[in-house]
Order: sequence, then structure tokens, then C-alpha cells
Amino acid sequence: MRVFFLAAAVLAAFPVAAQDIQGRNLAAACAICHGTDGRVPAGAPVIPLAGLPRDHIATQMRAFRDGKRPATVMHQIAKGYTDPQIDALATWFAAQKR
Amino acid sequence: MKRRDFLKLAAAVSVAGCATAVPSKARVVVIGGGFGGATAAKYIRLWDPSIDVVLVERESSFTSCPISNLVLGGFSSMQEITTGYEGLRRHGVQVVRDNAVAVDAAKKTVRLARGGDIAYERLIVSPGIDFNFGEVQGFEAAMNAGRVLHAWKAGAQTVELRRQLEQMRDGGVYILSIPLAPYRCPPGPYERASMVAAYFKQAKPRSKVLVLDANPDVTSKAGLFKAAWKDLYPGILEYRGNAKAIGVDAASMTVKLEVEDVKGDVLNVVPPHRAGDIALNAGLITTNNRWCDIDWRTMESKKVPGIHVLGDATLSAPGMPKSGSMANNHAKIAAAAIIEQLKGRAAVPLQIINTCYSFVSQKEAIRVSSVHQWDAGQGTLIAVKGSGGISAARSETEGTFAWNWARTIWADSLA
Repeated sequence: MRVFFLAAAVLAAFPVAAQDIQGRNLAAACAICHGTDGRVPAGAPVIPLAGLPRDHIATQMRAFRDGKRPATVMHQIAKGYTDPQIDALATWFAAQKR
Repeated sequence: MKRRDFLKLAAAVSVAGCATAVPSKARVVVIGGGFGGATAAKYIRLWDPSIDVVLVERESSFTSCPISNLVLGGFSSMQEITTGYEGLRRHGVQVVRDNAVAVDAAKKTVRLARGGDIAYERLIVSPGIDFNFGEVQGFEAAMNAGRVLHAWKAGAQTVELRRQLEQMRDGGVYILSIPLAPYRCPPGPYERASMVAAYFKQAKPRSKVLVLDANPDVTSKAGLFKAAWKDLYPGILEYRGNAKAIGVDAASMTVKLEVEDVKGDVLNVVPPHRAGDIALNAGLITTNNRWCDIDWRTMESKKVPGIHVLGDATLSAPGMPKSGSMANNHAKIAAAAIIEQLKGRAAVPLQIINTCYSFVSQKEAIRVSSVHQWDAGQGTLIAVKGSGGISAARSETEGTFAWNWARTIWADSLA
């Protein structure tokens, strides 16, 4: 138990690991429409990304990018992202609390 | 040795000498609580709560320029575009209502008009714009007399311009004068012309909107704006390019162009701008006596180390507009970089997104978007090839997303 609490304290002091910083930084740009950490108020016309399954986010981003899912704006935004970037974004949003 | 330096040294010694002492917190001071400064203050606290953040802001609340054109059209209210700073306080940001008047980069202090000096480890300057009034002869006096307004900073002038439009007789002429690019919010003037035209169409159908643009043509979303004007406001909205205002005369309500004088009933003249006053006072302006060049990996000034400049005040990267979306994203670049710098680590460049919506009628909007990434070869942020674009057509759907963008970016920046 003491070990657990110690680990929790360390995590709180260093909340983000290096690979998460990449996802965090990429995701921050999405917040202007999708909300801080992917959380939007109920009833908003955009999808709340926080806590969505990782594979779902990544699949939809690729579908937007490759023109397989129609959109007003996401088809144009998604073309700015590589596969590894999409995976990092999806991993990060999936890990956020709804 | 000054007392403050002595105390700083004493604190450093106590930390070095005793492992159990709580280290003194690093302090970041942010000047300006707009889209750039507010977002930077929030995100530094969000991403590293061990850093002290002090935000210096003149006003008691934030008034958004985006959506303020809808206030002019009568389709939104000042209350709707105003957000308080309580949200930032909840993130642990110390919000100080004061005016930053000078920066001493060697001593790392900011001078406040009322509150004395405040020390920083890193400084963020997000001052927005101020105007080169001298380039439009007679403007400043006419503005101070309340006769000719810019309303290019949302607030008291927005309210007053709306009042002027309401009081104008049916059959009157509203003139909007646009400065040469670069200026704050490239599509903003064309949205404003659309909103005033929508109001006239509804309430004063014999009135005219006359757009006098110093630029040769509409600088943003030109095809979409022109289609909307042709379809929605024929006989109401007239656009003239290459029509640069060089003076105003409030007595005769005249805008003086280089080759002719044009009379109107409501004159809305937007003078050319530059980085806000504190950027000028702090010696951060590098280019054309107007803008602040920065390192796009960190937003740090290329002239004064330790100071990061955000938003409209920056010398824009290629293809990057002076927009609220960009200022909000600049803030995230700076927040991430400062957190790394304070730990003695190198900053990692961020990839950022611009999205700008413009209303062309009460409910229909158009949009432009772009994705920008660091290019080491060119040493700047560039648009990612193949990404970005504009709306297929104006639509109420885009209008719905425009309102979502506004409410979401206000919350992302301030809540």
C-alpha cells in the first residue's frame, strides 16, 4: 500500500510521460472546437473525444483523411496528420476522463 | 546587493543546502488576458501546477472580437461575448487587474501602473494590437470625439457603433474602411459588412453598406463572401478595392481616399495596426516598426530572451492569419515550451490548427482552416501540404459549428 501511495505521489508530481506529451501537445490544437482535453458541454454539435475508444478515433480520423467519411471541416484538418500522429492523438484522447 | 536579490539568493541557498525545504516556485508572468494570454496562463497551470502564474490584465472581463460583428448586426449581445476571469482563478492563476507599462528584461521585472514591480522567470506578452492612428489623418481626434469609430477591439466602441447604426436614418450610408494587410482577423471586415447589410435588409432597406478596402481584393474567403453578397445583399452592399483611407473629416462625415472623398452617415474606419503598446515599450517589435518576430518552436522573442510573444502582435508565419484560433494555439506552444525550459530541457515544436468562421447572414457561416507544422529547413511554421481549405458553400450547418467554435474556444481559453 505504501508503495502504491508513493507511486501515486510520483505520478502526481510528474503527471505526463514523454510519449504522452506528444499526444497531449497534438490534442491541444483540437481543443478550439472539441474542448479542453476533448470535453465539450452536453448538446454540443461536435463529438466529445475524451474517453472514446482509441481505435474508433483513429479509424474515423483516417476515414476523414482518406475521403471515406464526409465532413464539413474534418476532411481538411485530418489531411494535416500522419498515421503515427493520428495514433498518438487517439491514444491520448482515449485516456482522458469523459 | 538589493534586498530582493538577497532574498532570492537566500532561497536558492536554502534549497541547495536542505533536501526537505520546499523549493521556491518558478513564476511566469503573462501580460494580456485575451485569447493568447488567458490560454497560456490556463495551460501552464493545467500542464504543470508547480509553476506560479500571474496574469496582468487591464479589464475586469474578456470581450471577444469573434462574434462581436453579430452584436453590430443585432444578432448577439455584449453579454454573450463577455467572459469573466473566475475560470482562470479556479486553475490557480493569480489575476491582477492592472496595466503593464514597462519591462526590464535584464532584471526580469514588469512595471505595473498601480502595483509596482513584479518579478518573473519567464514573461509572456500577449498584447493584441494598437493602432498607427497617424496614417489616417484626423482619425484620432474624430474617434476621441466619438464621431468615427474602429470598433476593432470589442468593447465600448462595439456598443457605440451599434447605437450609431440604430440611429442612422433609413437611406443612409455606412462606410467600412479596411487597412492594408496584415491586420487582425483577415475575414473580419467582410463579415462585419455582411452583418450590417443583414441588419439594413431587415430594418432599413433603403440604406447602403459601402466597403472601402485598401487591399486590391477581398483578402480572405473572397469567392464565398462575394457569392453571399450577390445573393443576399444586392443593391445594399457595394465593395471597392484599392480604396485606401488616408484621412477622415468628422465635420463633413467624409473619408478621404488617395484620389477622391466619400461621404457617409456612419463612418467605421479601421486604421492600420501594430503590436500592442507594451510590446513597443518592451522593445519587442522587430519588423516594419509593427510586429514582433519570434521563434515558432517556443514563441520566444528573437530580440529579447526570456520573453514570449503571442497572438496578433507576432510577425505572422507564412499563410498564418492573425486570429483568435491562432493566438490560442500560440499560447499552447509557449506553455509547452516554458514548462520544458524551466526544467532545463529543450522545447518540442507543436503542430497547430487554425479555423476561422465568418457569418454572412444571421445564421449562415463560411469557414477557412489550415494546419501548421514546424519546418526546420525554413525555420518557421508552414501549412501542411494538402491540408486545410474553405467551406464548400455558406450554410446554417457551418453557422452551428461557428457558434460551437466560439463557445468552445472561450471555454478553452478562460474556463
